[in-house]
Amino acid sequence: MTLDSLPIGQRARIAAVDWAVLAEEEGQRLRALGLEAGAKVAVAHRGIFGGADPLAVTIGRMTVALRRAHARAMQVELV
Amino acid sequence: MPELRSAALVGNPNAGKSALFNALTGARQKIANYPGVTVERKAGRLILPTGETIELTDLPGSYGLDATSPDEEVTRKVVLGELPGEPAPQVLVVVLDASNLEQHLVFAQEVIALGRPTVVALNMVDLAERDGLVLDPAALESALGVPVIPTVAVRRRGLPELAAAIAAAEERSAERPHPHTTLTERRVSAQAIAEAAILSETAQHRLHARLDQFLLHPWIGPLVLFGLLFVVFQAVFTGATPFADALEGGIAAVADQVRASVPQGMVRDFVTEGVLSGVGSVVVFLPQIVILFFFILAMEASGYMARAAFLMDRLMARVGLSGRSFIPLLSSFACAIPGIMATRSIADPRDRLTTILIAPLMTCSARLPVYAVIIAAFIPNRAVLPGVGLQGLVLFGLYVVGIVGAMVVALVLRSSVTKGAASGFIMELPKYQLPRAKDLLLGLWQRAWIFLRRAGTIIFTVTVVLWLLLNFPRAGEGQNQVDASIAGKLANGLAVVVEPIGFNRDIALSLIPAMAAREVAVASLATSYAVAAEDEEQAALALGEQLRTKWSLPTALAFLAWFVFAPQCMSTIAVARRETNGWKWPLFMLLYLFSLAYIFAGITYWSAVALGL
Repeated sequence: MTLDSLPIGQRARIAAVDWAVLAEEEGQRLRALGLEAGAKVAVAHRGIFGGADPLAVTIGRMTVALRRAHARAMQVELV
Repeated sequence: MPELRSAALVGNPNAGKSALFNALTGARQKIANYPGVTVERKAGRLILPTGETIELTDLPGSYGLDATSPDEEVTRKVVLGELPGEPAPQVLVVVLDASNLEQHLVFAQEVIALGRPTVVALNMVDLAERDGLVLDPAALESALGVPVIPTVAVRRRGLPELAAAIAAAEERSAERPHPHTTLTERRVSAQAIAEAAILSETAQHRLHARLDQFLLHPWIGPLVLFGLLFVVFQAVFTGATPFADALEGGIAAVADQVRASVPQGMVRDFVTEGVLSGVGSVVVFLPQIVILFFFILAMEASGYMARAAFLMDRLMARVGLSGRSFIPLLSSFACAIPGIMATRSIADPRDRLTTILIAPLMTCSARLPVYAVIIAAFIPNRAVLPGVGLQGLVLFGLYVVGIVGAMVVALVLRSSVTKGAASGFIMELPKYQLPRAKDLLLGLWQRAWIFLRRAGTIIFTVTVVLWLLLNFPRAGEGQNQVDASIAGKLANGLAVVVEPIGFNRDIALSLIPAMAAREVAVASLATSYAVAAEDEEQAALALGEQLRTKWSLPTALAFLAWFVFAPQCMSTIAVARRETNGWKWPLFMLLYLFSLAYIFAGITYWSAVALGL
């Protein structure tokens, strides 16, 4: 399961990230925000007008907005 | 250590750095640019307990020393002492958000590992307590090996202690080995340090989670945002009017005073026509700019601006941009200059360049006087729907054409000159906070001062040059001064070019000085029609009547279409040159905007003629 299909409010742990599909700079930014393997996350909000983009993901006590394309590169397992 | 002279605040974005900076330095601040780059350098004077004064710099928020945006690059270079002309600060003050330690300690460790004299400000401890977090600063201090001072910037808690710690900061490079090198290692150790520093943690319903349920709601969220934008524009255009009128009256009074006390001649004309009408016509936009910035600063300080970017991301993605571009584009409705400067937070260089190139298409406040005069003169004042007037509708339409034009241009640019992988949107959504009146006032004062300084330098210079071009060489007997002047001769040449799109020589003449600033077009039309009037309101009215007799409706509509696109603002071009480090992109901007203006004015003119208007 990837992060973009995680139901809202469901807690999960990032198992693996396919950095190869992300631009180098985007990967760097995601890592700087702690979005990498091992991080515990949950999807708090998803898109507007019923769309899927962007996502608001909570990590620790922080909320991070990212695109669905980024979330799709992240394998998660439920906790 | 040599005598202490400088210190700098470093930390993640949203660590409350700016509030701490304001609390530490009060109004003793000055804003400039770092040498060679356009990132704003905020510095102020901090008074130490010893009575000595040092310079405190507020560095741009950063997630680490590996820079991904122009802002972060400055922080890295200043901290490492690599920026030419900017010596490294002697003491680094790492600012941490107490309620987000596991994240903020990642960068903090990187800075501390440099071995430079460092102090940690454990900021916003009150908000951490609100979130149910009780921290142990002593545990943090022993884990980090540098002094840790709990602070609440907005309540001035911990500030004297922090100043004392800065004064006492020492070199530590030899004391501690720093084994953490990779980001992942720093993150693991950040988590361990944060856990050890948390005494108790109770789950609480956090305010921002509840607010987000509402403000980021997939349907309610966008409605709230558009409602808010509506309120902002209402306030900018109606709220500013009395203040603008008062300023205008004040400038007119000064001009009258000069006319009464200085004998007629070149000096008097220079002061009244050149300086006062030129610089004055720009200064009257101060109220609009202040009101717009009030909303922008309040949206930023409250944490809502990041939500607005989140809500707008999907729309912006359709034209190849991201939600990050929304903030600069919103600022551009007041003036493209602060808008273009606000693009510095956009990490992706192609995104940033595209945003800079389309910013002048947002209808800035300088177009309003031009629109207002032409609409009042040519569009009948009748209602098309109850409460909706035709004149207002035309004005609204001009805004919409600007926005739609910008979106189309962005789409074209992103698939041609700024082509590249679809840009991402990765952004921290900060905690909601009530903006503090003092911080807002300080920010507004700084914005107003920057604007006035610009009016007093760049615009003043351009106005003087244009006045000289209009007044020399002097006209001989029986000759019109405008015809004889260098500007008049230039206009004759230009008229040939703009005649196909329905413009006459008077318009061509007004377009030259309007290169300084769009609103100058109105003043120069008034001058060239030699309208004698006592105040500007009367001048605008009389000018309208003059226009009706001398211009056809298609010409007037073409003139409006021209101003939607035409890049008639030297300052915007100058800022674009600075921000893109060269002449290539500003020249490209000039070329594409003038081409669009020419094409759309032409289409408007010929369609209107064909329709028999």
